[in-house]
Amino acid sequence: MTQESTNTMHRVRSWINEFRDNYWPLVKSWQTALLLTTGLAGLMSARCPIFGWQILLGVSGSLFFAISGSTVLNMWYDRDIDSRMQRTCQRPLPVGRITPRAGLTFGLVLSLIGITWAFYLDYLYGLIVFAGLFFDVVVYTMWLKRRTAWSIVWGGIAGGMPILAGRTLGIGQIDWIGIALCLAVLFWIPTHILTFSMRNYDDYQAAGIPTFPSTYGFKVTQWTIAISSVVSAVMMGIAAYGIGLTWGYLRLLAVLTGGLIFLALTSMLRPSDRVNFGLFKYASLYMLSVMVLLAAEAF
Amino acid sequence: MKSSVVPGRIVLFATVLLAAYQVAVGIDGLESFAILCYTIAFGVLLVACLLLIILGMEILDSPLVVIISTIIPLSLSLGLAWEYLVGVRVYYVVFAIIGFLAVLITRQITPGRPAVITLAIVHGVAGMLIFLLPILLSVQGSTTPGFIFVGIGGALIGIGGLFLSFLKTGRPVISRDAILLLLPWLLFLMTLSFVIGFALR
Repeated sequence: MTQESTNTMHRVRSWINEFRDNYWPLVKSWQTALLLTTGLAGLMSARCPIFGWQILLGVSGSLFFAISGSTVLNMWYDRDIDSRMQRTCQRPLPVGRITPRAGLTFGLVLSLIGITWAFYLDYLYGLIVFAGLFFDVVVYTMWLKRRTAWSIVWGGIAGGMPILAGRTLGIGQIDWIGIALCLAVLFWIPTHILTFSMRNYDDYQAAGIPTFPSTYGFKVTQWTIAISSVVSAVMMGIAAYGIGLTWGYLRLLAVLTGGLIFLALTSMLRPSDRVNFGLFKYASLYMLSVMVLLAAEAF
Repeated sequence: MKSSVVPGRIVLFATVLLAAYQVAVGIDGLESFAILCYTIAFGVLLVACLLLIILGMEILDSPLVVIISTIIPLSLSLGLAWEYLVGVRVYYVVFAIIGFLAVLITRQITPGRPAVITLAIVHGVAGMLIFLLPILLSVQGSTTPGFIFVGIGGALIGIGGLFLSFLKTGRPVISRDAILLLLPWLLFLMTLSFVIGFALR
């Protein structure tokens, strides 16, 4: 092996390590994967005869780039907040492992690839994916997050866009089932975010971010979580029935929903850190399981 | 208390999948009321296993465990009674409702001896029904021999109940750690027996 090829290998390895340690954490892989799953489930809920690898690759790729791009842009914009929170102060941007300019460039490149790919697949699909990114980065993060606890509504709308986009691409138009699925995710977001903001109350206080617990207190927040869980479950049930899920899958959906409502009510009636943590974890698992159910029914 | 270790969580996850299969596929084609009962039984089992995975075995200390561990055998036995004990099924529905309410109320207002006796009666009747009925039906030839697996599941659910009561009373015959290690396997084998038994009948 020549000296030049050894050097090249070394450079490639160092670039991979740099990407893994400093850029990949900006993507929030678990959150991106969950939202990506909702998009794929939305597509498969259409029961369209287009389950070729091209369409799956197209939806997976465009959503992955758009979602991770918006996540990176959020991290870039919120780097000052992250530096004040114990949970996030070790992230690559606050500690300076990458420069703000590099973070911004990375986020913009990912977003541009995702949006362009989405518009290439379908105009309406691209528009919805773009709307998701716009609501998440501009409306939620840049405009409202530092001003009002109600910013989560816009974060929720952004979170509901991938499933609406997938469904819309599958059937060629926006229908009531797509809207119901979008609303189910929108109302699921408070369960996820509010339990998280209760769990990390001190961190958010330190950063000066208005949250439901800091603005309205824990009791109101627990009620909000319980009500939004029920509404989310109802919307998901309506959508699942509209999609034509078989009774077996509907039963399973009812069981998973029962678990979510049970935990939400328990967190309201017997609040504790453990129950709150359980609800936070279960809510993610619930969403993932329901998405798998919607997708599985298509095969 | 030791948390659910990784192999335990994998076993619990396998139990979740089995219970999910039973709810979605394994009880199709039955009478609506029997489906409802089995859905509650396997659904509660599914959610309970998910919570054990998420929160660890520490949640077994929760007072709600007694209530939840009553729902599973009671609704399962109710489903069996509805299907196979047609002559007395209405009486068993009444027993199940009163039994469950009795457990619920005695736990809230008179913890101690009355609560323990109520729990023992309700669990005892439900457990014996799940254990004996499938075996009797198999021996009589009313169902296929494979249905006996449901009875085996019933025996395992009884052992699980004993383990839980050992934990609650704090006077375990085997150590607490051993119980926590065995419980995921017991839940898995119990669910597997039920799934096989229902599939083979």
